[in-house]
Amino acid sequence: MNSFSFRSLALLGMLLVSVAARAQLTIDIVGVGAQQIPVAVAGFAGSDASAQQMSAVIEADLARSGLIKTVNSNGLPKSGDISAIPFSELKTRGADATVIGSLAPAANGLIAVSFRLVDVPKQEQLTGLVFNVADKDLRATAHRIADIVYERLTGEKGVFSTRLAYVAKSPGRFQLIVADSDGFNAIPVVNSVEPIISPSWSPDGSRLAYVSFEGRKPSVYVQNVSTGQRALLTRASGNQSAPAWSPNGDRIVFASSQAGGTQLFVAGADGSNATRLTNSGAIDTAPNWAPDGRIYFMSDRGGSPQIYRISGDGGNAERVTFEGNDNANPRVAADGKSMVFVKREGSRYMLAVQDFASRQVQVLTQGPVDESPSFAPNGKLIVYASVYNGKGILAAVSADGRVKQRLGASNADVREPAWGPLPK
Amino acid sequence: MKSLLKLVLAACAAAALAGCSSTPETAAPVENRTSTSDTTPVAPNAGTSGANTTAGAAGSTIPTPASGVNALRDPRSPLSRREIFYDYDSFTVRDEYKPLLEAHAAYLKQNRNARIKVEGNTDERGSREYNLALGQKRSESVKRVLTLLGVSESQIDTVSFGEEKPKNPASTEAAYAENRRCDLAYAGE
Repeated sequence: MNSFSFRSLALLGMLLVSVAARAQLTIDIVGVGAQQIPVAVAGFAGSDASAQQMSAVIEADLARSGLIKTVNSNGLPKSGDISAIPFSELKTRGADATVIGSLAPAANGLIAVSFRLVDVPKQEQLTGLVFNVADKDLRATAHRIADIVYERLTGEKGVFSTRLAYVAKSPGRFQLIVADSDGFNAIPVVNSVEPIISPSWSPDGSRLAYVSFEGRKPSVYVQNVSTGQRALLTRASGNQSAPAWSPNGDRIVFASSQAGGTQLFVAGADGSNATRLTNSGAIDTAPNWAPDGRIYFMSDRGGSPQIYRISGDGGNAERVTFEGNDNANPRVAADGKSMVFVKREGSRYMLAVQDFASRQVQVLTQGPVDESPSFAPNGKLIVYASVYNGKGILAAVSADGRVKQRLGASNADVREPAWGPLPK
Repeated sequence: MKSLLKLVLAACAAAALAGCSSTPETAAPVENRTSTSDTTPVAPNAGTSGANTTAGAAGSTIPTPASGVNALRDPRSPLSRREIFYDYDSFTVRDEYKPLLEAHAAYLKQNRNARIKVEGNTDERGSREYNLALGQKRSESVKRVLTLLGVSESQIDTVSFGEEKPKNPASTEAAYAENRRCDLAYAGE
């Protein structure tokens, strides 16, 4: 409870910092997975609008996960009591589990949100909790409940309480936006007339590193997400680009042309003690720091762009991809066992996953222009940039490639998604 | 009156062109070495005699350093050509751009205070990070040609915008060709 209210405070802070948010995302699920757990999310009991919103947010989260199928909940009783559950009706509708809940006034103007997850065949409660929250935190509470339900049913961490960063481009304007994982509460944290690319979350979710062209050249900035305070990573000559954080957040690897060409450098997260990591004479860029301390990156040192890895302390790089002649932008999963990357075949850019142990490559998307993949912190979903009807959109695919979703913004071209870490 | 002005301008342009084509020869650099950097406005006039005197005269209402600026802006001068286009995924400067770069090299050698910025761009295909690096290779390829022609490294800045500032935002082959490009820009323009 304590940590939760603390997070709510942080969220409030974010809301106070910036005012106008306007590139809200809407989600549209376009694929269907195979083995999905059927769950009925009944309407919550309590004052109408808020209770309705609660169950709607939980239902949408679970549907988006790809592992859960939401069952028609029309006409089910709105009650937090197990005794009110129509079990035979739920069996007829094919639900294996149901979520029920209620909202009621609590002390100090707070709202008591209670929910239960109930096994339908066994007619017994799997889990249940009560949260006392302020009205403005109801949506975050719904995400929290969806996370608990998802974890109880699938055994995997839910990612509904996480945040996404992405770039929205409208005529003459670039915005770096931070939003909830469902696209709501979209808040611009940087506004610029010059391009912004390559956002990267610090492992604790407090800071974003990104590349801005506002100084008439590409430079890396590090920005505190809640205060808006920011600093240039380095004032070195040349272009600075493609920042990525070390697993403990104390260092940043980035690409720089300060010594000619484009090579990888490592510095403290405050820009101190920058040292050169690669020395290839080729293009080395798009680094990603894996949980085991190695840095994966793309390089054309072998003649075509391929993925390599190198110790975070330097040394010799080892080639990782061997299929195809254009593999780019590796992102290693949180368990360190696989990576997603962009694979070009002919003129199509598609996402693929490579398992490190078996070296097997599985193509996840068909392109034609899929890029900038970013793993959800549970490794089950990948958000990426795509093009739909001639416009830049964000999309997500399950790590097994079975479920795809489009996350469409209203007007702006959106690109460069980065999935934030699990909240502390 | 108008036609007379046109004639004068045409004459100036022709003179400027003549001046440029002669600059790769020895005259101008020699003048440059004798004249120190802060007196560069004198050098072009002296170095290419009549040619640049007329250019200077045309711009006489503007302070003297403008003689060089006028040459840069003259649409008949190769110095006004600022774009170098590339093949797909290539950073090789094609032979057709040699005369253009020779003209800029000559100008930069005559005007040791002048600084040029080479901005590399790419089409939208491929990752943004790779394209930023490719654009940098393109800008460095132009820098290399200029330094081989005798321009001081300190006069050349390189930067890459990758695929982020397309001249033509369309997703067509024609747009891609326009966007695979280096732009040359002089400081103070």
